[in-house]
Amino acid sequence: MSASSLPPPSAPGERPDSVLSYPKFLWSMWRLAFTGSFAYYAGMTALTAVALVGLNAWAHQLADGMVRTHMTDHVSWGLYIANFTFTVGLAAGAVMMVIPAYLYDDEEMHDVVIVGELLAVAAIVVCVGFIAVDMGRPDRMWHVIPGIGRLNWPVSMLSWDVVVLNGYLLLNLHICGYLVYMKYLRRRPNKRFYLPFVFLSIGWAISIHSVTAFLYAGLGGRPFWNSALLAPRFIVSAFITGPAFVILLLHVIRRFAPAFRVADGPIELLARVLRITILVNLFMFGSEAFTELYSGGAHHVSARYLFLGLHGKHALVPWIWTGVALNLTSAILVHLPQSRTNRTVLMAACVAAFGGVWIEKGMGLIIPGFVPSTLHEVVEYTPSLTEWKISAGIFAAGLMVLVVLLKMALPVFTGRISVARSSMTSLPPAAPSSASLLPPSSRGDVS
Amino acid sequence: MDKAKRRTLKVLGSTLGAAAFAYAIEPLRAWASDMSLGELLQKHYRELTPDEMRAVLARLEADAEAKYGREVTIEDIRPTPGVELGYALNLSVCIGCRKCAEACHVENNHDRTTNNSYIRVLEMEQGSFDLEKGTTTYDHAVPSPGKYYLPVQCQQCDNAPCVKVCPVQATWKESDGIVVVDYNWCIGCRYCEAACPYHARRFNWSKPEIPAEEINPNQSYLSNRVRPQGVVEKCTFCLHRTRKGLLPACLEACPTGARVFGNLLDPNSEIRWVLAHKRVYVLKEELGTRPRFFYYFDN
Repeated sequence: MSASSLPPPSAPGERPDSVLSYPKFLWSMWRLAFTGSFAYYAGMTALTAVALVGLNAWAHQLADGMVRTHMTDHVSWGLYIANFTFTVGLAAGAVMMVIPAYLYDDEEMHDVVIVGELLAVAAIVVCVGFIAVDMGRPDRMWHVIPGIGRLNWPVSMLSWDVVVLNGYLLLNLHICGYLVYMKYLRRRPNKRFYLPFVFLSIGWAISIHSVTAFLYAGLGGRPFWNSALLAPRFIVSAFITGPAFVILLLHVIRRFAPAFRVADGPIELLARVLRITILVNLFMFGSEAFTELYSGGAHHVSARYLFLGLHGKHALVPWIWTGVALNLTSAILVHLPQSRTNRTVLMAACVAAFGGVWIEKGMGLIIPGFVPSTLHEVVEYTPSLTEWKISAGIFAAGLMVLVVLLKMALPVFTGRISVARSSMTSLPPAAPSSASLLPPSSRGDVS
Repeated sequence: MDKAKRRTLKVLGSTLGAAAFAYAIEPLRAWASDMSLGELLQKHYRELTPDEMRAVLARLEADAEAKYGREVTIEDIRPTPGVELGYALNLSVCIGCRKCAEACHVENNHDRTTNNSYIRVLEMEQGSFDLEKGTTTYDHAVPSPGKYYLPVQCQQCDNAPCVKVCPVQATWKESDGIVVVDYNWCIGCRYCEAACPYHARRFNWSKPEIPAEEINPNQSYLSNRVRPQGVVEKCTFCLHRTRKGLLPACLEACPTGARVFGNLLDPNSEIRWVLAHKRVYVLKEELGTRPRFFYYFDN
């Protein structure tokens, strides 16, 4: 945290009893999660409804088997793993905000880093959800626990994924939890208790998406994935989805939590990151498409199927060209001068980038890896209604986690809730938003 | 809004929410009723003591009878030291009749509705090894002019990608070279299915359906017992037969004698003769999987 945004250290006499203050803190957080405006209740009810629809579909899937999905022995991973892959990128990308804040010591970024880390927590929850619903036997989840189960570490890349994802979740929970609790106590956080973890989480963010890429890139029998460029592409696209989502989120926060100071600097910095990564991603995408399509041969039939269709089958063709169109649109929008002055243009660019990467990392990557199959049979896949319901349910649950986490953390960060003032009836009037959105501020320049 | 009204709304809301939750998870009752605590907490195959194994086998036999209405015997048959099993297939002789696939289906208690089998037979263009030009869905008299036939099943790779990727060690290679799956340990992630270059693994997308009278009652833990829903399975060279000195069901069913099976460590075995005297090749050698399933041509 920046020194400027911190309250002065409390006098020794006021220091609250830490044994009692932690339960008090948890109780305050609990109350914050369940108290809000009509819009908050309406939104959470809607998300709960979607999550319950997903839960119901999952219950049916568990009872009847994965036959409720449209996956087959030919295309054995589908929408769930596609969404998982995408969301790992979101989780990694969210922490990218930490890099300018801590590595380059950008003061304004410090204030919004917590938003990125909470997003990472919610995204990992979504990842774990997608893994859980993709398992044929979730009742045997304990088999991955080292000691009780038999985690195949370090040989299986999936076991690496289990380790890095859970580690990442714990890391971010610790950092966020510690900072919020210290804010709540009105104490200055001890750097020793969080700064090492912040730096660790930066490296860890890279690792979660690299390991996820190696999950696919390490399979010799799937030439479409067996590319050394896969991990770099994953990292670059994480640097798109993370900033794009955080920009959108900061706009929402400005609207619904005006007391929380969101300066223009961080938004402009994230937009600047987007301007670069969108182009790098397009370049890498083009390089891979060129290698696959130009050289031809049996190893490149998946790419042909993806972009052009194969043997009269082309279920993925509309997907990938939509993805390409979205990526190009976002690249153009984010480079228009208006993206610096016009909120709508920047938001549209973020939405397009987010959608483009979702298709490219999802249906555009996972499914063509299986088509044609290893014996070169072309069996197509389109997700079933059950798969869409469950996926929507998991995203809804993830959004709920994110909203609740923000609902808890932001009032603490704005000083409206603290150990001395945990009653919610005497809230001070909300401070006005710190500044108008744009024009850009020169602060937050990483160079 | 006053406090009392707010509280009433909250109570109403949470009641409705709890009811909706209970409704949503209702189908889980059927799922849970199919499971026992013993099954849930069962240890990995290789960690079971002989006593525990006896209890597990008894439970599995009772389960099979309760669920499928057939009395079966499930054995735990271990590999014989000094034996490494290998398979060879004569492509000059195979006519693509798919009797092997059919025999596999029956022998290994495959689901009747999906007509599953561990063997897929590709009809290939004469003069080409390009799998791209093959098809498994041919539906005409065989052999067809200008074609040859390539049956593919688990290659029991020495460097098996499926074993490497399993996150919970639910699949491994036994000392006689057979790659097996502990159906009671597999978590159903299907990473092995993605990793296998030979499309040799199958997932139980639903509970297999087999009429009681069609069930093969001679079963073993690691091979042909009826698999649970939600786990991966594969060809085991019919280890419940071959570890007792019998031949695989697919070989016995082959009308042309295209298939040769035996102990690779026995210099006098037929398979050793084939490997020594025929032009032999393996599928997708470039992947370094080192199959112990060999293809050869006459002359």
